[in-house]
Amino acid sequence: MSTGTVVIVGGGQAAAQTAVSLRQEGYAGSIVLISDEAVPPYQRPPLSKAYLAGQLAPERLFLRPLAFYEQQKIELRLDRRVTRIDVINHQVELGDGECLGFDHLVLATGGRPRALVCPGAEHPRLHYLRNVKDVAAIQSRLKPGAHVALVGGGYIGLEIAAVTRKLELEVTVLEAAPSLLARVTCPQVAGFYQREHEAHGVNIRCGVMVTGIDGDETHPALLTGDHQRIEADFIVAGIGLLPNVELAMTAGIICDNGIVVDEECRTSVPRIYAVGDCTQHPNSVYQTRVRLESVPNAIEQGKTTAAAICGKSKPYRAVPWFWSDQYDIKLQTAGLNRGYDEVVIRGTPESRSFAAYYLQAGRLLAVDAINRPAEFTVAKSWIAEGLRIPAARLADESITVKNLAAAA
Amino acid sequence: MSKATYIEHNGTIRTIEVDDGLSLMEAAVANMIPGIDGDCGGAAACATCHVHVAEEWMDKLPAMEALEQSMLDMAADSDHCSRLACQIKMSTKLDGIIVRTPVGQH
Repeated sequence: MSTGTVVIVGGGQAAAQTAVSLRQEGYAGSIVLISDEAVPPYQRPPLSKAYLAGQLAPERLFLRPLAFYEQQKIELRLDRRVTRIDVINHQVELGDGECLGFDHLVLATGGRPRALVCPGAEHPRLHYLRNVKDVAAIQSRLKPGAHVALVGGGYIGLEIAAVTRKLELEVTVLEAAPSLLARVTCPQVAGFYQREHEAHGVNIRCGVMVTGIDGDETHPALLTGDHQRIEADFIVAGIGLLPNVELAMTAGIICDNGIVVDEECRTSVPRIYAVGDCTQHPNSVYQTRVRLESVPNAIEQGKTTAAAICGKSKPYRAVPWFWSDQYDIKLQTAGLNRGYDEVVIRGTPESRSFAAYYLQAGRLLAVDAINRPAEFTVAKSWIAEGLRIPAARLADESITVKNLAAAA
Repeated sequence: MSKATYIEHNGTIRTIEVDDGLSLMEAAVANMIPGIDGDCGGAAACATCHVHVAEEWMDKLPAMEALEQSMLDMAADSDHCSRLACQIKMSTKLDGIIVRTPVGQH
C-alpha cells in the first residue's frame, strides 16, 4: 500500500498513535486526522493529576509537537467534527457539508463522561473531567478553602480528591457503592485508599446516592438518598465513561458497549477500523471481550491498525494495564480481576507498599501493585504466561519476587 | 540544543538535536525513534523507554531514584548500563550521549 488516504476520526492517544505508526510502517499515502478538539492530540492521564494541579505546561501535554505532524505529512483538522460515514461511497461528511474520501477509515472516537441524571443536573457548577477545556473550567474554581463535592469514588474522583486536597480545598467524596473503587478493586485495596484519603483530610461517604442538585447559581448543594444536603462551591462528577459509538452505529457498524472489532481492530464493515476507548475487542489472555479505557490499549490498538492497513498482521494480544497516582502512592494494575475467587496480599497495607493478587481457581488473573513497580512488572509477565503460584507462596515475603515463580 | 544518538538493536543509528530540559524519552517520541514508546508519559511507571546508555556516559548521569531502579531491576534485558529514558533530562553536559534500545522493545 503506497498511495491512498487514511482518515482518522478522533484526536486522542489512539488516533495519534495510529497516524504515527502508519508512517513508521512505511505508509506513504495521505493521513488526515479529524478532531473535534482545538488542540493537537495530548495525554489524558495527567488531566486528573499533574496538569490539573498546574504542574505541567499545556505543550508538555501534547503527544507530539505540532511541527511533527507537518514533518510527517499528517494533516490535522482540528475543531472539526465528522457527522456521517458514507460506507457505500467511502467518504466521511464534515458538519459544513464538506466530504472527504477514504481508502481506510479509523474510528478513534473515544468516550464522554457519563452524565449525572437527576433534577438540577444542568447546574453551571457541575463539572466533568475528560478534556483540557473541562480542566480549565475546574481550575477556575480551585481556590484554597473552597469546598468541592466529588461524585464517584473511582480513580478519576480519587485523583481529583488528591490534587484538590493538596491545593487546600475542602473535599467531600460521595460514592453510591458500599466502598470506594468498588468496581475495580478488592476490599483490601479499597480500604487502603479510603484510609489514605481520610488521613489527608478527605471526607468520604460511601453508600450514598445523589438524588438532586439544589442551591443557587454559585452555591450548588447535593441532595442525597439519605436526606442529606451537602453544600459546595462546585461539584465534579466522575461516574464512568460512555463510548462514542453513535457515528459508527448510524453507519450500520456493529456496536455492543463499544464498536465491535476483531484482534486486528477491524469493525464489521470492510476498510473501517476502530481503536482505543471506543472499542469492544477480544482479549486473548482471558478469552473474553472487553472495552478498556487505558493508554496502553490505545497505543497497542493504534499499532495493530497501522500494521493491518499496511497489509501486515500484528494482532493485539496483551495483558491490560493501568496506573493511578494519588498523593505519593503509585498504583499499577496488570490484568483484569473479573471473576476472581481469592485475593492474596503480599506485604502490608500499613507499610504503604504491598500487592494484591487476584486468583481464580488458583490461576493468577490480576495484580494491584501499590508502590511496588518492580513487582508489577514481573507479575504482568506471570499473567501473560498464565502462571500458577500457590497462595501461601505468593504471600511469603521471605521469598524474593524474582524467585517466586522459579519453583511454581 | 544538544545532540543525542540512539542506536537501534539492528544497528540503525539516529542522531537528533534535543532541547535542554527535554527527556531522552520525549525527544525520541517526537522524532519517531523506534523502540521507545513512553506509554506512561514519563512517570517511570512502564519501562517502555528502557535504554542501555553507552558505558562512558554512565557517570555523567544523575543517580537513579528508587522507583527507576526497581523498574529496571525487573525489566527484560536490563544490565548495569540500563536507564529509563524518561528520567534522563538533556543538558549541555550530556551533549553527544549515546543510548541503545533493547531488542525486546521493538
